[in-house]
Amino acid sequence: MQEIKREVLVNKAKELLSDGTVDRVLGWKRGEFDYDVTPGVFRSAEELDSGFVWGDFCGANFSKYLVKETAKGEGRVLVFLKPCDTYSFNQLLTEHRFDREKVYALGVPCNGMLDISRIKESAEGIVSVCEEDGKVTADTLYDGKKTFDRDALLPDRCSNCKSKKHVAYDELLGSDGEVLDSGRFDEVEKLEKMTADERFAFWQGELSRCIRCNACRDVCPACTCEKCVFDNPDSGVENKAAADSFEEKMFHIIRAFHVAGRCTDCGECSRVCPQHIPLHLLNRKFIKDIDEFYGEYQAGAEVGSRAPVVNYTTDDIEPSQAVERGEQNA
Amino acid sequence: MRKISLDRLDALFAAISKAYTLYIPTDTKAGAKFEKWHGEERLSDALNTVRSPKDFFFPQTENLMDFKVEGKNIEVIDTRSECGDFAVFGVRACDVKSFDILDRVFLSDPVDSYYKNRREHGVIISLACTKPAETCFCHTFGIDAASPEGDVVCHKTEDALYMEARSEKGEKLMSAVSDITEDADSAAVDAQKKLIEDRLAKLPLAELSADAFGDGKTSEFFNAPEWSELSEACLGCGTCTFVCPTCQCYDIKDFNTGHGVKRFRCWDSCMYSDFTKMSAGQPRLTQLERFRQRFMHKLVYYPTNNDGLFSCVGCGRCVAKCPIHMNIVKVMKKLGGSKNG
Ligand code: SF4
Ligand code: SF4
Ligand code: SF4
Ligand code: SF4
Repeated sequence: MQEIKREVLVNKAKELLSDGTVDRVLGWKRGEFDYDVTPGVFRSAEELDSGFVWGDFCGANFSKYLVKETAKGEGRVLVFLKPCDTYSFNQLLTEHRFDREKVYALGVPCNGMLDISRIKESAEGIVSVCEEDGKVTADTLYDGKKTFDRDALLPDRCSNCKSKKHVAYDELLGSDGEVLDSGRFDEVEKLEKMTADERFAFWQGELSRCIRCNACRDVCPACTCEKCVFDNPDSGVENKAAADSFEEKMFHIIRAFHVAGRCTDCGECSRVCPQHIPLHLLNRKFIKDIDEFYGEYQAGAEVGSRAPVVNYTTDDIEPSQAVERGEQNA
Repeated sequence: MRKISLDRLDALFAAISKAYTLYIPTDTKAGAKFEKWHGEERLSDALNTVRSPKDFFFPQTENLMDFKVEGKNIEVIDTRSECGDFAVFGVRACDVKSFDILDRVFLSDPVDSYYKNRREHGVIISLACTKPAETCFCHTFGIDAASPEGDVVCHKTEDALYMEARSEKGEKLMSAVSDITEDADSAAVDAQKKLIEDRLAKLPLAELSADAFGDGKTSEFFNAPEWSELSEACLGCGTCTFVCPTCQCYDIKDFNTGHGVKRFRCWDSCMYSDFTKMSAGQPRLTQLERFRQRFMHKLVYYPTNNDGLFSCVGCGRCVAKCPIHMNIVKVMKKLGGSKNG
């Protein structure tokens, strides 16, 4: 259950549309089922009334949509931002990817978004999903109603939420939270403790499922290049599918390097992956290393900050030390 | 009709594997997947596999030929090899139908010899769906999940697997397992079909209709204003095309090995910005045009060129997997007129 009710968001959006603050609203559109919510643009009170949803399946991060949406017209766009989305929002501003003047940002508190695949693991034919007192009940076609602990249905990015604090907004609905002390590096530590062979086998097992659909890249707020090298026939590394498993790792490793220092750990990549590959672990490894080498750094915490990997200070770690540590880990 | 008790499935698989390389759906951390049966693999209870069985005939990547370059000489090396006989167990009615749709593309002139080779050697053992999912809508395209097509058609009840050959290939496979299966009458299967029919009628998408679409409807839908809203959030990721059993587009590319070239084919997606890119650029400049192409192809262009046959089988994979939850069901409901409410 989310703290703020749908009506509050809808009324706010209507108010901002009618007083001319914004001329369109980025929001979540109702689907066929309770869980298949689609991002979309609303232009009128009627559209909001009939199609706007806010609830436990509104996981999509709208920050990246602002790049294209703000370029479409002169008017301002209303966007709803969950705490984790605000970090991507700031990071995109740091990279000058959209015009801040064209956006009205409403911060909404988030209680964690549910992962429908966790329900589908143990229930078939889900007709509806509802929630009461921390319990989620799915009505199914063949096994009647099935009840789950809400916490058990949270994806990793929510069970290990890094922050309930909004770092950017024009207006906040409800109360703001705090930066949290999460266990988000626990899994990374487990991987670090493996031998190099074990770790290789782990990633080979995960990445060999990749179908190179590119959804992870396409949804990623740090991936906003006009033309990705992997889509460019002239780049020499373009590939629509892996020629072998080596190329597969190349795609993911190159992408992880490219977003290092800019990835805010929003978790969208892992959310959208049709093959449930834990891509966030690659990004978190980079974040953890950056924290350890250069001091704690959170991408998107503020607009204009320089990521340590693109900055130079005399206190920077010597490359030799990094190499040494790498060798110890091997 | 023959039957075998479910606790003897391993014996059945072992018998099939003597003559065929056998693939069965098994559970993995990321959903069900067809795996080669070696003796250890257990049959998944999941309704369907994440990736479709089109991979068996039209793999995601395949080497077409090699070129060996020495000085000014180029040698062309045929990399084809005759494929061995294989059997795929547990293919659902929707996916069996998808092979017809692919056949019309790859087996019409000029015949795709790579595809044909595998198709000729593959035996399809289908399995009726006891628990269709909320995302299933095969019936929209006239497919009956209770009575799939296939070389051998199976029904799984509480305690037994019933099998019936429907083709020459199927007869041959059944003769290889005649020792361990026994004769059965159709009573149990008829009861099961009835149960499945009842379940299909209660599915949330039971009323979905494709009647508004089909042969000759290009001008009616091409410029529909709804495409704009339908496509507005599409990421252009291509997940829908890669999980789809009937998506058939591919690209052919050369890989420079340093002393030669490997020419390979790989799946392509009409959702991609570099799809069918030519010297003058990509013919579909916006995501709206690319998105429209995918659905017009399934619902209008393919039927126009193939006697009214739609090229969607209602498997629901795109419904389950699209990261933004936009899919052919939503397209049909939005564009399909009053029939779809
Ligand atoms: S979303 Fe998953 S399957 Fe698709 S390219 Fe990324 S890792 Fe691979
Ligand atoms: S419809 Fe969905 S799965 Fe297909 S390309 Fe668009 S976002 Fe990706
Ligand atoms: S379009 Fe979607 S439902 Fe239709 S066959 Fe393809 S994946 Fe299945
Ligand atoms: S779409 Fe039909 S045939 Fe396919 S899995 Fe669902 S019920 Fe079975």
